[in-house]
Amino acid sequence: MNVQQRSGSGPMAQSPRSPSSQPPYLTVSVSDPAKMGNGVQAYISYKVITKTNLPEYEGPEKIVIRRYNDFVWLRDRLFEKYKGVFIPPLPEKSTVEKFRFSAEFIEMRRQALDVFVNRIASHHELQQSYDLRMFLQADEQSMERARSQETGIFKKKPGDLMQIFKDVQSRVSDVVLGKEKPVEESNPEYEKLKNYIFQLEDHLAEAQKHAYRLVKRHRDFGKAVNLLGNSEGNDLGKAFADLGAKSEVLSVKLQREAHHLLMNFEEPLKDYVRAVQSIKATLSERANAFRHHCELAETIKFKEIDMNKLRLTQSEKLAEAEREYEELKADGAEATRRFETIVKLMNEEIVRFQEQKTIDMGLAFHEFAKGQANLAKGIADAWRSLLPKLEACST
Amino acid sequence: MMTLENQSYEEAHPLPKSNGSKSILHDPLSSSSPFVDISTDPLHSSTPNPSPNSTNTILEPPSYAEAVFGSFDLDSPSSINGHDHSSSSEASQSFSSDYLKISVSGPLKEQEVSNSLVPGGSYFYSYLITTFTNLSEYNGNEFNVRRRFKDVVALSDRLGQSYRGFFIPLRPDKSVVESQVMQQNEFVEQRRAALEKYLTRLADHPVIRRSEELRMFLEASGKMTLMRTTDVASRMLDGAVRLPKQLLGAESVGVAVSDVSELTQPAKGGRDLLRIFKELKQSVTNDWGAAKPLLLEEDKEFLERKDKLQDFEQQLSSVSLQSQGHGFDSWWENHLYWAESLVKAQQDIGETLGQLGLAFVKLTKFETEEAICDSQRACAADMKNVATAAVKASRLYRELNAQTVKHLDKVHEYLGVMLAVNNAFTDRSSALLTVQTLLSDLASLNLRIEKLEAASSKIFGGDRSRIRKIEELRDSVRVTEDAKNCAVREYERIKDNNRNELERLDKERHDDFVNMLKGFIVNQAGYAEKMANVWETVAEETSVYAKI
Repeated sequence: MNVQQRSGSGPMAQSPRSPSSQPPYLTVSVSDPAKMGNGVQAYISYKVITKTNLPEYEGPEKIVIRRYNDFVWLRDRLFEKYKGVFIPPLPEKSTVEKFRFSAEFIEMRRQALDVFVNRIASHHELQQSYDLRMFLQADEQSMERARSQETGIFKKKPGDLMQIFKDVQSRVSDVVLGKEKPVEESNPEYEKLKNYIFQLEDHLAEAQKHAYRLVKRHRDFGKAVNLLGNSEGNDLGKAFADLGAKSEVLSVKLQREAHHLLMNFEEPLKDYVRAVQSIKATLSERANAFRHHCELAETIKFKEIDMNKLRLTQSEKLAEAEREYEELKADGAEATRRFETIVKLMNEEIVRFQEQKTIDMGLAFHEFAKGQANLAKGIADAWRSLLPKLEACST
Repeated sequence: MMTLENQSYEEAHPLPKSNGSKSILHDPLSSSSPFVDISTDPLHSSTPNPSPNSTNTILEPPSYAEAVFGSFDLDSPSSINGHDHSSSSEASQSFSSDYLKISVSGPLKEQEVSNSLVPGGSYFYSYLITTFTNLSEYNGNEFNVRRRFKDVVALSDRLGQSYRGFFIPLRPDKSVVESQVMQQNEFVEQRRAALEKYLTRLADHPVIRRSEELRMFLEASGKMTLMRTTDVASRMLDGAVRLPKQLLGAESVGVAVSDVSELTQPAKGGRDLLRIFKELKQSVTNDWGAAKPLLLEEDKEFLERKDKLQDFEQQLSSVSLQSQGHGFDSWWENHLYWAESLVKAQQDIGETLGQLGLAFVKLTKFETEEAICDSQRACAADMKNVATAAVKASRLYRELNAQTVKHLDKVHEYLGVMLAVNNAFTDRSSALLTVQTLLSDLASLNLRIEKLEAASSKIFGGDRSRIRKIEELRDSVRVTEDAKNCAVREYERIKDNNRNELERLDKERHDDFVNMLKGFIVNQAGYAEKMANVWETVAEETSVYAKI
């Protein structure tokens, strides 16, 4: 998938729709999955091709080889650096050994990775990232070095994120019990957003579960229809030979629709679920920043009280205290700034996200309806075509 | 024990009477089939049966309501041996003026009358059997009798004896285990329905419907007078192959037999234990398992019959092969398995579509209420259309399956018919076995006579005791000869019945099956088209997203 500039704006697109002589572009594709290595250590590598005329990049075209963990590295780096931005989600790691190298799984993953990189490349903030440039250009050894440095500091598991969130929420209950000052935003819009995101995840997860089942049942239907192909007819042999042949045709149609459903309906739904989970991670970052800002604000207040005490007693510790106070105030200002940046970014992001999702889901629904309509028509035609021969049988 | 001669097909199958009046079927007492829509009964319509060639109009997929209220009921009581009445075969036309309609209702718990002095014994259930008929054999048009399951078993046994070679519908199982385990009213209802189905099938059989046994069962008030057969062998083999099983033993043939025709029936009763023994010996020698009975003797008399017997064997083995499912049974079973898998798969898809639709409905509601941006609300409307379509499609699958299940019932029914066919072929096998046994008897008798004559001739003036023995043996030969002739006639008769029944079944089955298949296919196509319409509308509504 090649994506030119999307609805985002930024330094790269002064007027995205006006054709200038050399409009800046950044096009990425993920392709050619290949199995590397053997046994337990085997993995899939992908070709990442970058085509660009941006000055920050080396040359008009660059091809690098990347594996899944490299994409994870990129995501983690962006998550750290661009708090407030909804980082595009990655496809899941597969735990089932047998499934890991199936053609369908590999193709689905490749497609999802392609979408991932392209979303980053077309996001007005993220596309400027140094880490992205490194990802798209660095040789394999440098990439591997960078990846192995990731242990500890930047590695965050989804569980950790949820834990942070839970900490925040437990503090809320402390407030209810009258133990502490509130450290959750009492912003009603924020509340609404948070509730929305959590509930949306539940709804989407359920829809996706049924979509997954629907794919499977199309496959089963295809198998069931095909059984007749194997039974012999006798005196009504001719009509039944036709039925057998026709049921094979139907079986193929059904299998194809199953695949189409998988790629064009279930996968977009899964993508939506992942995106919502990514937003939850961002929400927890926001909560962190807020708490940090609040804690600092409190610390500053206490420090001010201390300082005034010292002033009154004319202590020699006053100067030091004043210096610490100024530092704290700077930190506090920084924390507040960070928090406000996140809020501002998130507000923009939410709008962008909703608009994009509307388009994505609309298309997914359209594909779903189209696929089902074609399938149903194909089935009807296949059955009806049997009737003339059957007429001939009944005399 | 009545010994009715096995009827020939022609005797039992008289030409249909030319009765100009159309009969009206109604069954006010029938509580058993609430889904039969009388108005679709072809006998009610004044127009003749619709031609089966107009398939595109004949089976428009019904609406949900119609599906529930059974305008598609293929089990309408006026069908013959259960086949679809929309076929305008001549046979069904000729029977339209003669009717025999049976329904079973009103189960009652009754006390078992026992002669023991112990009070409060066991109980049984009796059922009200209501018959409406205009058949000439019956003394009247309407009868109500009470019968219990034991009586039905007796009827079934007697029919099996009297109509050897016919494809007699199988009676319901005794279901001893179920009767203990199931809820009583459930079990009674299940049995009532099964009895009604069985009696209706008997009534639909062109020969059996005119039988004396059935008539007495349906007509005679008070207790049933049809005696249960007392033979150990057939009791032991309830429902199974009626080949007499035997114990090994004796060689004496000197059984005083008064009624030669009895010899032509399979051995039964204590008196005939001997014959049972011999027939077992014969059958073991014949090696039934290979379905190729061997001829044993090379006696002159045998040789005359040998060709004819070999002919018997060949026919028998080919018939039994056929009925043992090298082509016929297994084909039906395959078809059934396929149809059942199809139904399950369609059911699953329909279910999942419904759940998916509901999930999206909930999501739509959520988005509409909690949406943060307006674009979400717009998407929600489209989502709702998709959700509604999915729910509609789910309902269509459910309707389709209700229809397909009726198709399956038909196939199940045919498998039942196949069992009846098997029994008829077994009648033939056992008749042949009887013939062979008697031939073998004759051969060994004649051999003994020869030996005795040879030995006796060596003694000048003869050997008085031997000569006497020879005379006795010659008497036996005469009796056995008569018995053998009787047995051969019996075998021929059964063969005839088989053949005619096969022809009848073939014709019915063929038409039946073609119609059933057509109905199935038209249904599948019709519903697929409905679904296509539903989805095409939604695809059109959401096509704006594809252009982006």
